[in-house]
Amino acid sequence: MAEPLIIVGKGMAATRLVDELSQRALGRYSVAVIGAEPRLAYNRVLLSPLLAGEIAEADIELKPAAWWRDRGVSMLYGKPVIGIDRRARTVTLADGPTLPYGKLVLATGSKPLKPPFPGGDLPGVVTFRDTADVGAMRAYAARGARITVIGGGLLGLEAAYGLARAGGEVTLLHLVDRLMERQLDAEGAALLASAMAMRGVEIRLNSATKGFVGTGKVEGVALHDGTVIPADLVVIAIGVRPNTDLAAAAGLDVARGIVVDDIMATSDPAISAIGECAEHRGQVYGLVEPAYEQARTLATSLAGREAGYPGSLLATNLKVSGVGVFSAGEFEAGEGAETVVLRDRAAGIYRKFVLREGRLAGCVLVGDTQGALFYLGLIRSQQDITPFRADLPFGEAYCIGEAA
Amino acid sequence: MRHDAPLSGRSGQPVRTTCPYCGVGCGILATPDGKGGAAIAGDPAHPANRGRLCSKGSALGETLALGSRVLHPLKRNGSGGYARVSWDEALDAIAAGLKAIIDRDGPEALAFYLSGQLLTEDYYVANKLAKGFIGTPHVDTNSRLCMSSTVAGHRRVLGSDTVPGCYEDLDCADLVVLVGSNAAWCHPVLFRRIQQNRTERGARVVVIDPRVTASAEEADLVLPLKPGSDSLLFAGLLVHLADGGLLDESYLAHHTSGFDETLANARALAPNLAAITDGTGLRAAEISAFYRLWAETPAVVTAWSQGVNQSAQGTDKVAAILHCHLATGRIGRPGSGPFSLTGQPNAMGGREVGGLANMLAAHMGYAPAEVDRVRRFWKAPNIARREGLKAVAMMDAVAEGGIRAMWVMATNPAVSLPRADAVQKALAGLELFIVSENVLSNDTLAAGPHFILPAAAWGEKDGTVTNSERRISRQRAFLPLPGEVRPDWWIICEVARRLGFGEAFAYAGPAEIYAEHAALSAFENEGSRGLDLGAHAGLGGRDYDALEPVQWPLPAGRPGGTARLFADGGFFAPGGRATMQPLAVPVLASQPDAERPLLLNTGRIRDHWHSMTRTGLSARLSAHIAEPALFLHPRDAERYGVSAGGFARVATEHGAAVLKVVLDEGARPGVAFAPIHWSGETASDARIGALAQAACDPFSGQPELKATPASIAPVAYASQGFVLSRDVFALPPGSWWAKLAVEGGEGRLFATDSGPEALMAHANAAFAGCELTEMIDRAGGVYRCIATRNGRLIAALFLAPAGRAPLWDTVKAAFAVGREPENRLALLAGRSLDGIAEAGPIVCACFGVGLNAIRAAFAGGQALSAGDIGRQLKAGTNCGSCLPEIRRIGAQSRETEAA
Repeated sequence: MAEPLIIVGKGMAATRLVDELSQRALGRYSVAVIGAEPRLAYNRVLLSPLLAGEIAEADIELKPAAWWRDRGVSMLYGKPVIGIDRRARTVTLADGPTLPYGKLVLATGSKPLKPPFPGGDLPGVVTFRDTADVGAMRAYAARGARITVIGGGLLGLEAAYGLARAGGEVTLLHLVDRLMERQLDAEGAALLASAMAMRGVEIRLNSATKGFVGTGKVEGVALHDGTVIPADLVVIAIGVRPNTDLAAAAGLDVARGIVVDDIMATSDPAISAIGECAEHRGQVYGLVEPAYEQARTLATSLAGREAGYPGSLLATNLKVSGVGVFSAGEFEAGEGAETVVLRDRAAGIYRKFVLREGRLAGCVLVGDTQGALFYLGLIRSQQDITPFRADLPFGEAYCIGEAA
Repeated sequence: MRHDAPLSGRSGQPVRTTCPYCGVGCGILATPDGKGGAAIAGDPAHPANRGRLCSKGSALGETLALGSRVLHPLKRNGSGGYARVSWDEALDAIAAGLKAIIDRDGPEALAFYLSGQLLTEDYYVANKLAKGFIGTPHVDTNSRLCMSSTVAGHRRVLGSDTVPGCYEDLDCADLVVLVGSNAAWCHPVLFRRIQQNRTERGARVVVIDPRVTASAEEADLVLPLKPGSDSLLFAGLLVHLADGGLLDESYLAHHTSGFDETLANARALAPNLAAITDGTGLRAAEISAFYRLWAETPAVVTAWSQGVNQSAQGTDKVAAILHCHLATGRIGRPGSGPFSLTGQPNAMGGREVGGLANMLAAHMGYAPAEVDRVRRFWKAPNIARREGLKAVAMMDAVAEGGIRAMWVMATNPAVSLPRADAVQKALAGLELFIVSENVLSNDTLAAGPHFILPAAAWGEKDGTVTNSERRISRQRAFLPLPGEVRPDWWIICEVARRLGFGEAFAYAGPAEIYAEHAALSAFENEGSRGLDLGAHAGLGGRDYDALEPVQWPLPAGRPGGTARLFADGGFFAPGGRATMQPLAVPVLASQPDAERPLLLNTGRIRDHWHSMTRTGLSARLSAHIAEPALFLHPRDAERYGVSAGGFARVATEHGAAVLKVVLDEGARPGVAFAPIHWSGETASDARIGALAQAACDPFSGQPELKATPASIAPVAYASQGFVLSRDVFALPPGSWWAKLAVEGGEGRLFATDSGPEALMAHANAAFAGCELTEMIDRAGGVYRCIATRNGRLIAALFLAPAGRAPLWDTVKAAFAVGREPENRLALLAGRSLDGIAEAGPIVCACFGVGLNAIRAAFAGGQALSAGDIGRQLKAGTNCGSCLPEIRRIGAQSRETEAA
């Protein structure tokens, strides 16, 4: 009889794991997927276009019900797991039942950070994480409400763009002097800021939130400099925190995330963790690509084959229509690094390549992200790019002839 | 005729005219397009070219735009700028200024510096005004730099400046000897005629030139002699002919004098083969082969050009050649004779009117009877009575202050004269400096003339020119006079009128001037002077307009002209005899030494003409050799530490230039070659005239421009690049650059020590107001930018580290299109992925075929010969001046395969 495999969480990492497993070890495990959200797994990356109204809710579904069924997966959704009994190898669901597992995979994802600002409990102060958030936010935007988004990272930018697109009058507050400061250099960030401005989002940099004001509902955001920005809706998008409560309660090693080794095993070999809840070699990834790589590694390992996850190269892709932003590896030229820059300010295009000893160490693409995967490949392979250095900014087609 | 007669309205009707470039004088059919341009084709009915044109002539239609033209009289103001003034104001002021100087210092304080670009009629009135009415003999011309040694040689030996033969001789000679002539590049249409003779009749071709040029690539024998040793070689030939019993004793006896002394002199110079070998640096076998060939071939044409003329021994070189033809009676017979290939379109016309300082007028000099005859004919109040200063001496007199006023017409002495930097400085010091010009800016105008007078250009002016075979052809106008532009003759006559000589200069048009010139040539002539245009003395306007090309002499009653002279003697000299002249021991004016170990040779390239005023406007003519270069033998390059594609500073006692180094197996070790075409307008450091010495031939006063001792040293720049712009683009100070025409604007190839950062700042300032697309790689030494405005591509600038100059064909093509490219970023890549291959340097200028296409056709096996290339790519099928190059590419390709 097949060994029971329980996957807690049914986000993108979980879906990918099932997919990978079905290709590698179909029938070896009896798979059950347990999710808190009362719906089929969906592509969280597409929440921003959904918010912007560029796609419909059905479009974000990862796999139809039949797909899960065909793979013999038991789906339990709207049922959060509330406990793990490692000795008994069971999990307990919120409504009481316990399920036995041979292998347990934690793919619990992350939840939005919501610092304890005064007034944070006022109605109209929300985070942006799931489809339920999207629905509420769209309702505000649709009636032209004044919306303040806090956080100039990937999520905040996508939310701000989506809300502006949906009709909101959007102000984006960011704590430091440049957007996406962990992925962009000053010039790239400035270009992004002007592109966002052109899309109707007012960007306020160096704006530290002090708290929220309002009676009965939020009416404004108070900044440390004394400014109060009127707002009907405040969306906090300053980051996420891995969902580690379950693991911690079960006594697994937890740092920022659930600590895993190179085959995604936690401190309990029967339990693995992948995706945004996992911490591998000190790194917690908030992006989908690493989650997919981890899912593949784990599936391989579960299939009984040799596997090893070396960690992922951080590559960021902003999904705002017409404002491609891609960043990977080193984005500021530190000591010993050289840069090749291509810019077309009027067209809103900026491409920066950071080179070390003739190899690509990182790149920033703003406005036009064509070739991003090619560059990612070059960063990964650490191929000598000297022969086509002058052609590097123009994409793969210009470089292959030279490299041959 | 009204000068502003609207000609432009009529399009579609071809006008028969004559090419404004070299002395071949090709007939052209110009069909105006009604929009200021014209379609250009060779005139099949013109005997000089029978429909053929060279690359330069074919591209004339691309040189008619008015962008660089001066269109109104300009007067220099106190601050050195120029203000537009009316013709009346300019002419009144010029006349008053000239008069004041004449009254104070006498007429000889005035000088005229004219040009082989002037039409005969313009030349005639300038000469008449100066020598007959103002009374200054100081009238000289840029022909002094070009043909004066031939004039002097002709006059000393033949008795008059009369070319004995005609172009048909090149078709029917059995041997053509080219001396100091790269006709393949400089007289391409005649070179094709010679090659056609070689192909169809089996004529043999010998090329005598220190440099192995394109002409030598299609020769049966090539003699790369030491510079300046030509007269020794021909003295040896005379001895060989005498010793071989090949003299025409009868001809010598009846039609020459001085043979015995001349032969004795030749024997002293060339006592034996060893002496000739020693003096010329040629191998004994080569010399013998040449002598044998010449001796055994009665139908021989010895043709020469600037290698002979631009020499301090030029007159002797001409004499040495003439001697051999006279001694064998091989002169004036079909396929046989000495033949000077003239450099300029109307050098001959200038010689005819007397535009050289040592002539008075119409082949008459300063003998008292001649002076008196001309005075009477002109009714001249102030006839000049002695020879004037020749160009080099004239400029010395300007520098020393003896000449206070100068009027320059249709030439750019601050570029072309030897010691050109000193000339430019001297001109700037004139009390009254007048320039009649086509263009708004050149090196002579940079010397700050007080007046710039807008003169008619080719296509606008109307008159006659004479080519190398004494053939007078009409240059006809087919475009209206733009702005306030006027013909030179009109300008001169208006000044004459204001000086009080109105009656003698009251011409209604060029026809009347020509008729007077013809009448003067026939005046009291009676067969004493070769130049006799008596048949045209009463030519009316209608006949003048309909004039067919005709060779002088054409005395009254012989309107059909004369193809050849002197077969039966009849020299225009005392007793009708030619006078053979003993020669000096040939020695270069200056020898190389430890400090300046090389000789600097100068000359033309295939697709440019003089200082590029016209050819520089054509994109395709600019693509053959794009940059001012120094052609060096690889051994010299190695010796002096310069390398191909790098830069060399060439310095002489007089000046310096920085040039791109080109390795040339055909260069003679120890002799570097630099093209003359670049000026301060077209390059930062390539004024070759500034390097040339001023040592002159004792008879002709022609300077030795082809052998100035020089040193060379490598020059390095950090970066190289190009910039394409719609308007003038100033590079950072200290940059080396060469400007060239590209479709839609100007291109500059440059080298600089400024790095990417500096160039980026420079470009951002220069293109303020444009949208910039940029690439910068500071460590990699790369900066590129494309400037666009309102959907139009305004400029492109590419910079790369030295030695890795960026290619520009793709960007140039986009620039020519003009509108902003769909993908600005991709354009910045500088090359296209969809198969627009780099053309490389243009080999065939007529059809715009580049080196890479020709190489590919040979390498791919589709083409085995130049003929195949012609059939497949059209290259070489028009003027043929690229055929030697195509054959060389084919040969190289075969070598590569074999290797």
